[in-house]
Amino acid sequence: MSPDLAFLVEVLVGGLLSGVMYALVAIGFVLIYKTSGVLNFAQGAMLLFAALTFVSLTERGVPFAGAFVATLGVMVLLGLTIERAVLRPLVNQPPITLFMATLGVAYVIEGAAQLAWGTQVHGLDLGIDDTPIDIAGVFVSRFDLFAAAVAGLMVAVLSLFFRYTRTGLAFRAVADDPLAALNTGLRLPRIWAAVWIASGIVALVAGLLWGARLGVQFSLSLVVLKALPVLVLGGFDSILGAIVAGLIVGAVEKLSEVYLGPFIGGGIEGWIAYVAALGFLLVRPSGLFGVRSVERV
Amino acid sequence: MTATPLLRVEGLEARYGGAVRALVGVDLTVGAGEIVALVGSNGAGKTTVLKAVSNLLPAERGQVTAGRIVYDGLDVARTPTDALVRAGLVGVLEGRHCFRALSVEENLVTGGLGRGSGRAAIRADLDRIFSVFPRLVEKRRALAGLISGGEQQMVAIGRALMGRPRLLVLDEPSMGLAPKIVAEIFSTLARLNRDERLTLLLAEQNVTVALRHADRAVVLENGRSVLEGTAAELRARDDVRAFYLGLGAAPALTAA
Repeated sequence: MSPDLAFLVEVLVGGLLSGVMYALVAIGFVLIYKTSGVLNFAQGAMLLFAALTFVSLTERGVPFAGAFVATLGVMVLLGLTIERAVLRPLVNQPPITLFMATLGVAYVIEGAAQLAWGTQVHGLDLGIDDTPIDIAGVFVSRFDLFAAAVAGLMVAVLSLFFRYTRTGLAFRAVADDPLAALNTGLRLPRIWAAVWIASGIVALVAGLLWGARLGVQFSLSLVVLKALPVLVLGGFDSILGAIVAGLIVGAVEKLSEVYLGPFIGGGIEGWIAYVAALGFLLVRPSGLFGVRSVERV
Repeated sequence: MTATPLLRVEGLEARYGGAVRALVGVDLTVGAGEIVALVGSNGAGKTTVLKAVSNLLPAERGQVTAGRIVYDGLDVARTPTDALVRAGLVGVLEGRHCFRALSVEENLVTGGLGRGSGRAAIRADLDRIFSVFPRLVEKRRALAGLISGGEQQMVAIGRALMGRPRLLVLDEPSMGLAPKIVAEIFSTLARLNRDERLTLLLAEQNVTVALRHADRAVVLENGRSVLEGTAAELRARDDVRAFYLGLGAAPALTAA
């Protein structure tokens, strides 16, 4: 492989792998949006809360496994509490009301996290060193590979769950037609509770990986802003869409930074995803995979 | 009609969004084993009555403001829809509302999930539904959004039957379907009523078909129940013939 090509592949692979990290955040949004039509702006705050709780526990001497299980418990409780205390009383309200509620929840969670664990920046070490390994002449970050594997595993588990379990079928039914699901006797509050728990767990996984990458600090909750273009591109209601769009956004960011950056100045990485998403909105408003309805023609 | 009716609606009033009055006084009863038709023109309030019976109005930002609905001793307004389903009151919504992105079989299974059936019960009920609607067998893997309107109605009814209802509440089962399919669906329903004593409450704009199969009917006008009687009585009334059956339909009915 020529050095130029090797470099391109390296940039591309780096971009795709960082895209997986975006997809991880986006999946949390998709789960809730799909089943309850709520765009949960608090997903980033949940992610921060998870990472902060985990780090604070380990810093107080709790072993890794114990801290993980405890944080998992906290996230389950947090998800249940938000669903029960905020969203269930607002059921049947217009989407914008629900969105504003989650915006409020985001700030409450951030404030609570600050109150409980303080404001200093923490380092988070998952025990995976970030040294590059050489795969056929291309250097790939060990940590990125690990993150991709975790994301892949999580998606596989979620897909199997949706496809083959009774609860998964109920999820899909609610996502497809909430009124019909209610009328069929499915217990919507239970399904919503389950989905908030699931998104809490996704937030934990994403929070640990992002926290290890960026350090655990308050700007961590801003990774939601990285997830938004991914959602626009992939469709708000498709897990597959979140993955594919995450990969696209990651690759576009890195490639444009490296190859366009020198011509129009650096820092493209920060905004190119939004440009891509905006352009995409004009062509396909429902996103790549956000097929809203199956319709006979 | 001497025994306690399975469903009793008394002085029902309802509004949407706190302002729009949809019902201003509806009374009706459905006895076990009966077929009762709720007839009336567009906007008379048939759908609202049926949604109130399934306690679905809150999901549409509507509410019952007066009167009460009692199903088998349960106060419907205080019983969530899912609990009503498990008590045997299952509805089929207007416009079918199949889960379009789910296969036919998955649609049917959700009806079993709603009832809380175990795996064995769901499998047995599936076989039963496929024998009631044989057309669905070859479509079992097809997405419900891609099958014909008549088949979708069968899926919607089949899904409700998976809940093993005692009272099946149907909103406009004939809507948008070819007369032949309507006849097929109604004869299936009549057979379930006859053979399994399935009680039916159905709203219909197609009054001719409704009165042909129903034991009794209640006429709804502007949110109020104005007339109630056996199907034969109503068919014989001049005003019903003129308003709902149309002049052309009346001779055909007497001939039949």
